[in-house]
Amino acid sequence: MTDAPKRTPLYDLHVELGGKMVDFAGWEMPVQYPMGIMGEHKQCREKAALFDVSHMGQVILRGDNVGEKLETLCPQAFAGLKEGKARYGFFTNDDGGIMDDLIVSNAGDHYFVVVNAALRHQDIPHMQANLDGVDVTEIFDRALVAVQGPKAEDVVGALCPAARELKFMETTVADIGGAECRISRLGYTGEDGYEISIPEADAIRVSKLFLAHDDCEPAGLGARDSLRLEAGLCLYGNDIDQATSPVEASLTWAIQKRRKEEGGFPGAARIQKELAEGPSRKLVGIKPEGRAPARQGVEVQSQGGDTLGAITSGSFGPTVGGPVAMGYVSAGHAEPGTKVNLIIRGKAQPAEITALPFVTQNYKR
Amino acid sequence: MATYYSEDHEWITVEGDMATLGITQHAADQLGEVVFVEQREAGDEFEKGGEIGVIESVKAASEIYAPLDGEVVEVNEALADNPGALNDSPEGDAWIYKIKLSDASQLDDLMDLDGYKALIG
Repeated sequence: MTDAPKRTPLYDLHVELGGKMVDFAGWEMPVQYPMGIMGEHKQCREKAALFDVSHMGQVILRGDNVGEKLETLCPQAFAGLKEGKARYGFFTNDDGGIMDDLIVSNAGDHYFVVVNAALRHQDIPHMQANLDGVDVTEIFDRALVAVQGPKAEDVVGALCPAARELKFMETTVADIGGAECRISRLGYTGEDGYEISIPEADAIRVSKLFLAHDDCEPAGLGARDSLRLEAGLCLYGNDIDQATSPVEASLTWAIQKRRKEEGGFPGAARIQKELAEGPSRKLVGIKPEGRAPARQGVEVQSQGGDTLGAITSGSFGPTVGGPVAMGYVSAGHAEPGTKVNLIIRGKAQPAEITALPFVTQNYKR
Repeated sequence: MATYYSEDHEWITVEGDMATLGITQHAADQLGEVVFVEQREAGDEFEKGGEIGVIESVKAASEIYAPLDGEVVEVNEALADNPGALNDSPEGDAWIYKIKLSDASQLDDLMDLDGYKALIG
């Protein structure tokens, strides 16, 4: 690895659009554009926003029985994943902690996997070492762009009718403006939308076609973070990590029934035990009652002053119109409605445990 | 009436031993959209360099530091309901405190507008 931050195929476009560039996981990425984080957030909730997510790792898996083999690394049922379908999953370690989260798509003659930017250097060797007979190849010649929001279907569908036919968590290959793109109806904002893998040479041109639509504006990492937090979606490194189990992280929905019963994935002993008996701590939504945001690391206490856990993600939720947070609390205090205190700059601020997400998810099922 | 600037990007407009304090437009631009301001109360005394409040933007929390010794005389309470005013008018309506100076000679350590402009480039 070199020290100089890397640039995505869309770098010149970010600069042209006035993006404020910051170093993120070794990549020079736009944190916001002139519209600002609040405006970009609202744009995505109300119309459509375009995000550059090219810093994430795009990986092609080729071989026989790739789905079955992935099941030795992940608790998801990838063996039964139908062609054209995508599924959220995670790698677990032998202690039942989460190594990274990922999206796996069955693309027919191969599997297409997207992993987090900061962890591609861990995930790819992990797959190469453990997926016998599978060719694991990271691709570097494609951008990845997310178009998210209630108008995303209009924005993408205007250029690519096939996009309208996709349902949530479906993927296909189609032409957009003369470029062969992989289009998947998914994303990480809580809104309907697409993630689109575009050949590097066409990335700026195709992105500009999306942005030419009246309802589509660019959005940066700042809005991406506030959107995913309001949507109750975990950010790797904040809300989930090598020590947290998927049961603690309230991700049991992402472990299919067969795998819960059969096990056979790294850390199954802990995960099955927590499934049966309940975890000792749990990731929950936390709504501060005042206006002060509770940031990562803020202690959560019971009203009696006992330490219950800590905030893992916290910010201001532009759609909620107030501060929102996620964090771990001991299981006995995880029920929505439980009153807690957040220790912000030494002072106890009242807050309430809430169900996640903070906003209604608007996926096209 | 004269206006001084600190290296921590505050402005202070002085009239006798009374002064108005706020953050500069440059600071507001760097912070991004302000969503919460934690202020001290009238009567609180502070020392030069001490933390006298916190400004939370969508992105992060930033402390406000006292540019000199003094006492809070009045708090701009409008900021509690409309913290975004700090982005719109940081050197106008969105002042943060009226203060009483303890030692006017400390003003000599602060910058004038030209000095501040040179600092922020």
